[in-house]
Amino acid sequence: MDTCIEKIRAIGADLLAKGTVEKVIGFADGSIPMATRPIALTSDKEVDKLVFNSVCGLNLANYVSKNSLSSKEGKIAVVAKGCDARNLVTHIVENQISREQIYIIGVPCTGMVDKRKIAALFDDEITGFEEHGDTLTITSASKTETVKKADVLRHNCRVCTHSNPPVYDVMAGDPVEEQTLDHPYEDVDQIAAMDLDARWAYFENLTKNCIRCYACRNACPLCYCPTCFVDESSPQWVGKGQNEIDVTTFHFLRAFHCAGRCTDCGACVEACPMGINVRDFTRKLNKDALELFGWEAGLVLDKRPPLDAYSPNDPNDFIK
Amino acid sequence: MMGNLLEHMGIDRDRIHFSWISSAEATKFVDVVREISEKVRALGPNKKFVKDYTK
Ligand code: SF4
Ligand code: SF4
Ligand code: SF4
Repeated sequence: MDTCIEKIRAIGADLLAKGTVEKVIGFADGSIPMATRPIALTSDKEVDKLVFNSVCGLNLANYVSKNSLSSKEGKIAVVAKGCDARNLVTHIVENQISREQIYIIGVPCTGMVDKRKIAALFDDEITGFEEHGDTLTITSASKTETVKKADVLRHNCRVCTHSNPPVYDVMAGDPVEEQTLDHPYEDVDQIAAMDLDARWAYFENLTKNCIRCYACRNACPLCYCPTCFVDESSPQWVGKGQNEIDVTTFHFLRAFHCAGRCTDCGACVEACPMGINVRDFTRKLNKDALELFGWEAGLVLDKRPPLDAYSPNDPNDFIK
Repeated sequence: MMGNLLEHMGIDRDRIHFSWISSAEATKFVDVVREISEKVRALGPNKKFVKDYTK
């Protein structure tokens, strides 16, 4: 995957030099090892700042929406993994941006790593992170660990079946082989197998450490409402404190607002400082969207998400 | 999908009800409300997703 970066930089430089785009949004190194940050470049001289590796877990589609773009802005290029591209498609379908405004530099994705899993291998702070093919070398003051990338992939990447951007203007590498899964929603089924009380306890326990920082919401490209329901004070839809029912209400509604739109990109989980797998909520919705509507978000430009459209064939046996 | 997610989170399906009732369907409204009340009464008081204001 390191090989893609030369291609990404070359494409970015070319687009900026020719003036095809005004800006290139990509990943740059963060201030600590094993971290990257989004960056917007306006000059072809800066493309060396771009990186692409296995710690680019944020979703860059989050940085292009009506709210973040001024109407005067020209075309913007975005470096997009499979999931980022699917969220860009969702933006286009939901009229947040137009297809013409955006130039998708598609990256065939081999998955992002679970930083918490890696950090758990160490007692002290990680001071170095290197990647060669599918081998990762991580160092701290006390030791060096070598791990296979496949062993530390994020859960959403392990179950990802759209690693190649479904829509793009240019690809920065040859497409990777997509996996097919026998049990794509094993995690959801495991929760469903519990009885009602155990399920309630599971979700209460899941969110018990939530500090309501809303990083999960902010990292999500789907959450572009100018004022989120949790921030609204008139009317106030949900209490703002740590009461567990308010916390659950926030999570339930945040997830539901992503129903039929979530690409399982994992940016929400990546952003959570408390290590909460908020995907447990959205995964159930994704499974239902697939089973009830045959729908996976962000794959095509000419269909609206199922809860956004009416069809006489919509399942309606829940209405009594 | 909303009902399914609530159920997935541990809420009893019999407490969740979706109906389509026109403003002209007064009798249907009454029937539906009666049916829901009976189902929910049979389940007893709900303990989940209820905010305890005394805390
Ligand atoms: S979800 Fe898929 S496309 Fe997105 S980072 Fe993971 S493997 Fe890549
Ligand atoms: S809810 Fe999470 S996984 Fe789904 S699109 Fe938003 S950030 Fe990605
Ligand atoms: S990012 Fe984590 S701690 Fe913050 S609101 Fe979301 S779940 Fe809660």
